[in-house]
Amino acid sequence: MMSFLNKRNTVILLVVVAILVPLLTDNPYLLHIFSTAFIWTIGVYGLNLIGGFTGQLSLAHAGFFAIGAYSVGILTVKVGLNFWLALLLGIIITTIIGLLIGIIALRTKEHFFAIYTLCVGYIIYLIIYKWEALTEGVRGLIGIPPPAPIGPITFQTPKSQYYLLLFFLVLTIFIFTRIINSLIGRTYMAIRNSEELAQTIGIETMKQKLVSFVLSTFFAGLAGGLYASFVRFIGPDISYINVTFDMLMYLLVGGIGTLSGPLVGTLLVVWISQYLQFLQDYRMLIFGPILVLLIIFYPRGIVGGVQTWLIKQRAKKSQKDLSRNLQSVVVKEEK
Amino acid sequence: MDILFQQLFNALTIGSVYSLVALGLTLVYGILHIPNFAHGALYMVGGYITLLFMESMGLHYWLAILISIIVVGLLGVVMERLVFHPLRNAPPIHDKIAAIGVLLFLEALVQLVWGAEYRRMLSPYDIVVDFLGLTVTAQRLLIIGTAILAMILLHLFLKKTITGSAIIAMSQNREGAFLVGINANKVAVITFFISGALAAFASSIASPINLVFPGMGHLVILKAFVIIIIGGMGSIPGAIIGGYILGFSESLSATFISNDYKDLIAFLLLVAILTIKPKGLFVKGARS
Repeated sequence: MMSFLNKRNTVILLVVVAILVPLLTDNPYLLHIFSTAFIWTIGVYGLNLIGGFTGQLSLAHAGFFAIGAYSVGILTVKVGLNFWLALLLGIIITTIIGLLIGIIALRTKEHFFAIYTLCVGYIIYLIIYKWEALTEGVRGLIGIPPPAPIGPITFQTPKSQYYLLLFFLVLTIFIFTRIINSLIGRTYMAIRNSEELAQTIGIETMKQKLVSFVLSTFFAGLAGGLYASFVRFIGPDISYINVTFDMLMYLLVGGIGTLSGPLVGTLLVVWISQYLQFLQDYRMLIFGPILVLLIIFYPRGIVGGVQTWLIKQRAKKSQKDLSRNLQSVVVKEEK
Repeated sequence: MDILFQQLFNALTIGSVYSLVALGLTLVYGILHIPNFAHGALYMVGGYITLLFMESMGLHYWLAILISIIVVGLLGVVMERLVFHPLRNAPPIHDKIAAIGVLLFLEALVQLVWGAEYRRMLSPYDIVVDFLGLTVTAQRLLIIGTAILAMILLHLFLKKTITGSAIIAMSQNREGAFLVGINANKVAVITFFISGALAAFASSIASPINLVFPGMGHLVILKAFVIIIIGGMGSIPGAIIGGYILGFSESLSATFISNDYKDLIAFLLLVAILTIKPKGLFVKGARS
């Protein structure tokens, strides 16, 4: 059983299940929840890259998400561009702004970086809120078109949108895994564990942190662009600090600094939030303390907790095996 | 000229409130090196508790403020014991996130108990007086006066009492403070109590000229962060001066640039400062 459930097979199984979901149910509500969760997961992977793997807690993430969303919204609604072109441009705009902010923000460290990005996030919110000529201010952008058809494939139905978002999610996870398992990923972890040490062994920490930051804004921009065309209405709220905090919560519940953490955390919290719909604004009564308890007792979230448990089990087992082997050796020698 | 003086007076009023909030934040940072993101929530809870005791119990304004100071101070202590104490050896990213968890919880709690609507706090000093040729409300005079009084009391406490000296010692040099036998837990608890008390006091005196609502702490806490960076993280005089600098720049820019963008000024100021000096202004050389 364990040998069948190795990493590769588990991933294939999950993808197959995800593909089968719309075939098993026709419930558009269910598909909507899954699709929303997929979008957030993409954004949370970005946060995980800079926060979890590179160790720089960026609190401007909702801002970049909103820049992506507003770029797509404005380019499709006001300029009338094709969605795919707008999405591409939106991601480019987000990463360029990310690069500019990153160059300055990453000169600061630890607490200063968190506070700096928190303020950047707030500036982005205020700009979106006040710049009515461009963003329609508090009214928000209405009537963003759904993704344009590619050849014969259209994205009008919930099912087709589900598959589109699933495609982007799988792509994101694939890219993310490749980054983390490459030398670059190791470099990020080295920076997270000790920036001074990383610098000593010849890593250009500033450059690497910047690349990591820009990549994280890339994911945020992609998620934002997809969000705009999926929800078809965006307001300044999506850039507010609370959205960053939400994403942080998804990341922490799943496991900060783990590969599957963002997926597990986002799906789980979005799912639970749906059941707690009657609580609406009060759901933080439950999630706030959970966040605190997690960070105290399971700082690496559910995924990290399971990993630790598995390692302990394996250690116990190997210890048992070892002592059994030793016993048999002793018995043999006595004979 | 009159407008200028009026604005300068307003600057003193907001500056006083900012300074009080920033003082609490900077004390905690100085002792524990935690940027307490939940400080804004303490500020908000303070406003609500004063309002609660004034409205439902019919207590006098000052009595309500006193209760609020004690309750929020104790809330700070509970926070330290339950959240920050267990995390004292964790990586720096953890206590920031934990503080955010506390912030979200307190906001939801207040919203559950009192609702999301904006409320007015009526103070007995809601009268207009003539002060040095300016027409001002007595509440604003009261804010400036009591805030300065609170700062003087804090100063005396830190300089003249043993406990105060222990706090200063610990913020200057942790290891040295432990060597001379300072009880770190006790100092942390007292610091959190003072921090919460200052936040409650600040919101209680500021609420009659603003409004009370669940999100009232957001902007204030962000600006307090700006202030303690301007004034040097952990520096007490820095927090006071920084508070007034921000108060003045906001008031003046509201008058001469645009009222719409006055909230943006603080953040642009911070971004500019951190761009030029990534460790903040007035940073002490000794602290890494």
